[in-house]
Amino acid sequence: MAHADVNQDASPRAGHAVALHRLAHARAGDKGDRLNLALFAYEPSHYETLVEEVTEERVLALFAHRGASRVRRYLLPGLAGMNLVVDDVLQGGVNAALNLDGHGKTLSFLLLGMSVTVDDDPG
Amino acid sequence: MTFLLGSGAGFSGDRTDAAIPVVRELIRRGQPAALIFETLGERTLAAAHRALRDDPTAGFEPLLEELLTPVLDDCLKHGIAILGNFGAANPDGACGVVAELAARSERGGARIGRVHGDDIRARLGEVDLERWEAESRELPGEEALISANVYLGAAPLVEALELGAEVVVSGRVADPALFLAPLVHHFGWAWNDWDRLAAGMMAGHLGECGAQVTGGYFADPGCKEVPGLARVGYPIIEVEEDGSLVVTKPAGTGGTVTERTVKEQLLYEVHDPANYLTPDVVVDLSAVTVREIGPDRVAVRGIRGKPAPQRLKTTVCYEGGWQGEAEISYAGPNAFARAQLAAEVLRERLTFRAPPELRTRLDIVGHASVFDSDAGDLQRSVPVTASGDYRLRLAAEHAERRWVERATQELLALYCAGPAGGGGVRRQFQRRVCTASYLVQRSDVEAFAALFDTTLFDTKMANERRVAHGAR
Repeated sequence: MAHADVNQDASPRAGHAVALHRLAHARAGDKGDRLNLALFAYEPSHYETLVEEVTEERVLALFAHRGASRVRRYLLPGLAGMNLVVDDVLQGGVNAALNLDGHGKTLSFLLLGMSVTVDDDPG
Repeated sequence: MTFLLGSGAGFSGDRTDAAIPVVRELIRRGQPAALIFETLGERTLAAAHRALRDDPTAGFEPLLEELLTPVLDDCLKHGIAILGNFGAANPDGACGVVAELAARSERGGARIGRVHGDDIRARLGEVDLERWEAESRELPGEEALISANVYLGAAPLVEALELGAEVVVSGRVADPALFLAPLVHHFGWAWNDWDRLAAGMMAGHLGECGAQVTGGYFADPGCKEVPGLARVGYPIIEVEEDGSLVVTKPAGTGGTVTERTVKEQLLYEVHDPANYLTPDVVVDLSAVTVREIGPDRVAVRGIRGKPAPQRLKTTVCYEGGWQGEAEISYAGPNAFARAQLAAEVLRERLTFRAPPELRTRLDIVGHASVFDSDAGDLQRSVPVTASGDYRLRLAAEHAERRWVERATQELLALYCAGPAGGGGVRRQFQRRVCTASYLVQRSDVEAFAALFDTTLFDTKMANERRVAHGAR
């Protein structure tokens, strides 16, 4: 879940679990009760790992406690990234949520805390 | 010839000195240019309507004067058009402020264009409404309804520029349309030239959030470094007649423009990248490339456009009752247990001191808060550190003010009647305006521009308006 049992500072090595934060950067945006998370690999060689690991199912599970109802993933290989659109995750959105962060701006880092396994050693 | 789009602000509450280096750079380059202030979001439109309801002379961007004062003279002198949605819920009020500022400028006045047509509150019952696909809220009844504003496209903004406006004031328009408009006006792009319109919209999309494309909302020490964030330069987008564009920033400012900063902003608040809906064009980003062509210079290519959608998005604001927050800190040895006990005490108090329909949420900031659910799932599952610096936060919502006041007062009372060592209580509550998104038929919207007649906004008129609104 949010604080997965993974060394957040480990370097990405083949066959090892690392925090997504080591491989990718992300930005959150909101519209109503819908959140989008744009996620990009730092190195294009890690793009395939993102595609394999950051699936709609896993992202939905990551945000399940927030009431997420659906995740759609749009791949953008030309940008070595993807756009994740998560529905019903903002607890009413910026003008209705009781959450301190009604926009969900911090949620890009909930995604980046996710544990991923690097399958191929890019080096 | 290249047209330059400078950003002076990316949201309501943005840095009020940001436009100064941008305007300096636009003047230095001596190319045709416009300066854009984007200060209106779903949150700020609701806030503006709340302000207008309490004070008929308010309801536009509160920082308008601070934003314009440092640059208005220079822009008027050098023919740099200013466009802003700083009119928010009260564009006439904003025009009045601009007129006053312009009267005090070296020039002694300015041609001010005002966009009309976004406010469809009076006709909401007649128009063909459709719920936006991700909206779950029903429309409120007439008594709760405050406002309805359509996201207009660039056409009325272009019309204002064609009327010779030097400052264009709008309420709700699609944010990037503020950038597209001077391009259409300058290059004479046709309204069915989808690829060019899409490129212009994306120039706006990249520039509309100010520093978010030049290193703001980006820095992550050790991973993504940004130099000089305290003096981050706001973006300048260079656009060619064929729609090719380069993102850059003023020389000598902080921040950074890289492929990474541009990519993050490219998809900001975008859903399906192949169908990014805007009022004037559906943008297709699936073939976009982003390439660094020099220091702090990034070219964006491959933006495609498709015909504009038949419906336009509308933000409906309505009464949302009252909302309040209150917080108290616990620090040092055993702080978590004390914060948790405070939460338990508060929860129990509220069962007999407030009605059951009071909606509440309790966070322990420092342990689990912004990532958590309203029910506190993470608070229970995340590993605990006994000692620390924790802040118990209550958020409460109710239709009636008294129960929100009561709930936050119960947190305040933890000072003396709660666990040991609680301190630093802060408490606030206010009316809440909720928003919902709906779609209207393009044909139901009548958008146009007119020059603002300053003679209609002298002090006497302002006073009469105040009296008229107050009498309602």
